[in-house]
Amino acid sequence: MSNALIIICSLLYLLLLFGVAYFAENRLKKGKSIINNAYVYALSMCVYCTAWTYYGSVGRATTNGISFLTIYIGPTIMAALFFPVLRKIIRITKAQRINSIADFVSTRYGKNASLAAVVSIFCIIGVLPYIALQLKAIAISFDILTNNTAARHNFISDNTLYFSVFLAIFIIIFGTRSVDATEKHEGLVAAVAFESVIKLVAFLVAGIFVTYGIFDGFDDIFYKASQVEEFKKLFTLEGENAHAGWFSGILLSMMAVLFLPRQFQVGVIENVSEEHLKKAVWLFPLYLFVINIFVIPIAFGGKLIFYNMSVDADTYVLALPLHFNKPILSMLVFIGGFSAAASMIIVETIALSTMVSNNLVMPVLFRQDNFKNSIDKSIRKTILTVRRLSIILILLFAYLYDQYVAQYFSLVSIGLISFAGVAQFAPAIIGGIYWKTASKNGALASIIIGFIIWFYTLIIPSIAHAHIINDSIIQNGPFNIAWLKPNALFGLEGFDSITHALFWSMFFNCCAYFVFSVYSKQSPQEVYQAEIFVDIDRYNTPESNSIWRGTAYMPDLYSLLENFLGKERATNLIQNYAHRHKISIDHNAKADPRIVSFSEKILAGVIGSASARIMVSSVTKEEELSLNEVFKILHESQQMIELNKELRKKSIELTKATEQLKEANLQLKTMDELKDEFLYTVTHELRTPLTSIRSLTEIVHDNPDLETEEREKFLAAVVKEAERLSHLITKVLNLEKYESGKQKLNLTSFDIITLVKELYTSYSLVANDKKIELSFQKPNSMLLVHADKDLIQQVVVNLLSNALKFTPENGQIQIIITELQNDVQICIMDNGKGIAAELHELIFDKFFQARNQTIKKPEGTGLGLAICKRIIEMHNGKIWVESEIEKGSRFTFTIPNFEPSKNLIAHNESSL
Amino acid sequence: MNQAYKILVVDDDPYILMSLEFLMRKNGFDVMIARNGTETLELLDQNVPDVVLLDIMMPDVDGYAICKHIKSSEKHRLCKVVFISAKSKEADIQKGYDLGAELYITKPFSNKDIVNKISALLD
Repeated sequence: MSNALIIICSLLYLLLLFGVAYFAENRLKKGKSIINNAYVYALSMCVYCTAWTYYGSVGRATTNGISFLTIYIGPTIMAALFFPVLRKIIRITKAQRINSIADFVSTRYGKNASLAAVVSIFCIIGVLPYIALQLKAIAISFDILTNNTAARHNFISDNTLYFSVFLAIFIIIFGTRSVDATEKHEGLVAAVAFESVIKLVAFLVAGIFVTYGIFDGFDDIFYKASQVEEFKKLFTLEGENAHAGWFSGILLSMMAVLFLPRQFQVGVIENVSEEHLKKAVWLFPLYLFVINIFVIPIAFGGKLIFYNMSVDADTYVLALPLHFNKPILSMLVFIGGFSAAASMIIVETIALSTMVSNNLVMPVLFRQDNFKNSIDKSIRKTILTVRRLSIILILLFAYLYDQYVAQYFSLVSIGLISFAGVAQFAPAIIGGIYWKTASKNGALASIIIGFIIWFYTLIIPSIAHAHIINDSIIQNGPFNIAWLKPNALFGLEGFDSITHALFWSMFFNCCAYFVFSVYSKQSPQEVYQAEIFVDIDRYNTPESNSIWRGTAYMPDLYSLLENFLGKERATNLIQNYAHRHKISIDHNAKADPRIVSFSEKILAGVIGSASARIMVSSVTKEEELSLNEVFKILHESQQMIELNKELRKKSIELTKATEQLKEANLQLKTMDELKDEFLYTVTHELRTPLTSIRSLTEIVHDNPDLETEEREKFLAAVVKEAERLSHLITKVLNLEKYESGKQKLNLTSFDIITLVKELYTSYSLVANDKKIELSFQKPNSMLLVHADKDLIQQVVVNLLSNALKFTPENGQIQIIITELQNDVQICIMDNGKGIAAELHELIFDKFFQARNQTIKKPEGTGLGLAICKRIIEMHNGKIWVESEIEKGSRFTFTIPNFEPSKNLIAHNESSL
Repeated sequence: MNQAYKILVVDDDPYILMSLEFLMRKNGFDVMIARNGTETLELLDQNVPDVVLLDIMMPDVDGYAICKHIKSSEKHRLCKVVFISAKSKEADIQKGYDLGAELYITKPFSNKDIVNKISALLD
């Protein structure tokens, strides 16, 4: 393939990355964040898979079999621990506005500047070769694609340099937008997630091509491979300490997936919401699993195809499609590897540049009185410039390392050496978030000693192997002291170098951490930070008290913040904070301690916590706090948080209670309204007879000269109306009695037919007078019911008299008694004027009259049916009406029938 | 009174109707009676009463509707409407006055009171 074509394709791909990043930032401006998404978050975490794994996994599988898997098993195990560990780190980071792993360590141990610097320096030492490795991977893949086996000659013809420059531009554009390093790098993260997709797709396509294109599926490859003797060892764990190798590999990668600066960057700093962890917990391991499916087939396939040919196993992924003359596929694989390398370089460089500027350069500058006194608005430019220069320097050093140093080392080891380097932070970080006693001295000792051992056991041997220093140090130990041999420290032999180094470095690291922590005294600042880190959930609220005590003036604080953030942003932040916490700001007076604390936190996001501390103390007159005071403050803030929680709970309960009260009140109101309505109906009904009684008696009283006949007529009316009145009152009282349950049923067994027949006989006379035909249908036998005879009689009377009232002359009324399975049904039918369908239920309602006030119901009381209904319900029966206007009505009620046989049987059974 | 005022008394309760009829006659009115809405409308068609004593709740047409009818008719523009009803809620009374009634008397009433009020209304 031609040089130009590959360069054009790579450039096009880089432009695509620019596009993705640009698109993401544009979307953010419109308020739609792409990276605020669990899938994007999980994909960005997959920056873990670099070019080293993209190409190197196949290489490792070819020489060591399945042990390449260790660096994927570790992260998979760690994913299960995301919730206890990573989530806690994320919470602390957000609460403390931490912007790098070095910042995290230093903030935990009292915002110590030297600790931040140490961590930063070790990160650079540990990771720079790793970045160089990515550049190297790009260069090698480029050479393979162009079939350029000759060594690279000079800078001008070296494409790696150009790629580095392009990446530097990309990182500077999308990585140093804001001076606040805690702000998310929307474009960068989107691009990294995009690249994760590309590298996965490319690797899978290559795997499918090898497995199903060149060979005939997995079975075919494995069968052919099993025929070759030297492959057999690859299927098993070889060597007496292979298990130790597995163990150390898994342990290393567990720590790497959290503490590699790039992993800390995407997993913690760029995390938008801890909710995203829920998906990342399974998506991230799934990605690792999928990208590894074809590693073994490609490794075996490559070995079978290139048997006895000098093709580096690290390049099989690319060499196989090339060998089979698939240019497009080869290009895709190249772009995939390029993606893997580029995304790693981008994130790692951003993370390192933040550390360099915030933890190495700025603290030194801020310590210079000249510099500190001349800080003005240009400081932001200065910070950004420092960061941009750091990016360029890091990439430059990586490039130079690749050109001049890397050739002396084996490629494979660089990744693991890097892992072992960052693993030295693990005790200080993990201990820091769970162990309050851990002190700054402990952390410093742990990291420094760990790194020294790491350097001695891993770097020194590499240098010696490369003959940069005398390799007798490996053979005989320094100064011929055998137990100091870097590969067999204290006589420990038989392990691979990584396991050996990990063992000793971790051993001394942890011991130092523990011993120094226990035997050194924490400063008040450390106590405070330790408390907050370990118990983040108790302090992780905006109410968190400040530990700061002293005198600061608002104008000084303002000008400090303005210099770093710009006037508008600084004013906004302070005013919002003051407003949220109800702090009144007097612009010319002393600042509230909380404002000072808040300012420091804001500054920490820009220049790191250690520098922020220096800056804030430069404008304040601080008083040293005693340990007791620190504890008091911590205690108070904890109490405040508890109190707040309690209050919040109380207020929720109160709201609930209020709602319940409201509801009860509403119910009472409705009941009151119903009661009022009933009362109104009743009094209203009483008014009519009362009116005529009063008026007529007045007439009789006022007119003594009335004719006897007329007087008799009036008095008879009065008597009649008085009767009506008392009748009405009885009904109201009865209904009240039934409704309140005060009425006890006087249950007897009687023949319902006899009862109805009596009523039928007496009403026949009335019906005759009205020329109404009254008929009665009944079964021939007796029909016993167990009920209150008087009340049932009342119901039948009520229904019968209603029927008589509404049936015109020459009409018909039928009484029908039928025996059903469990009930007796009594039905009274007329062919009177009928009842409209919408009233069928309402007429049994005692408030019926009240609701239909203008059209008068001629029943009189309007309570009769309500009383009937209540009586029947008390007997567990039912009452209803079927009716059609002008055709008549049919009132039916049922009551359970009495079955002495059933009772008898039951009685017999129980006596057996 | 030179010429007897014509009065129409409307109520569906026969005893109230009885007593009102006696009272009005005794006080020199020319009395007509109606036992429901339909009868009332028929009488109003044929006669021009000076006063109508109007019950509200009746089985067919309610008193409000009849009042509306009277107040909207040119023929009865001078006719005064007096509601005599058991409905004693403020809203019901207000509705009566809103429809243009001159008086609203709640049941039960005092004979003297009702006679005085109606006389005052006509003077």
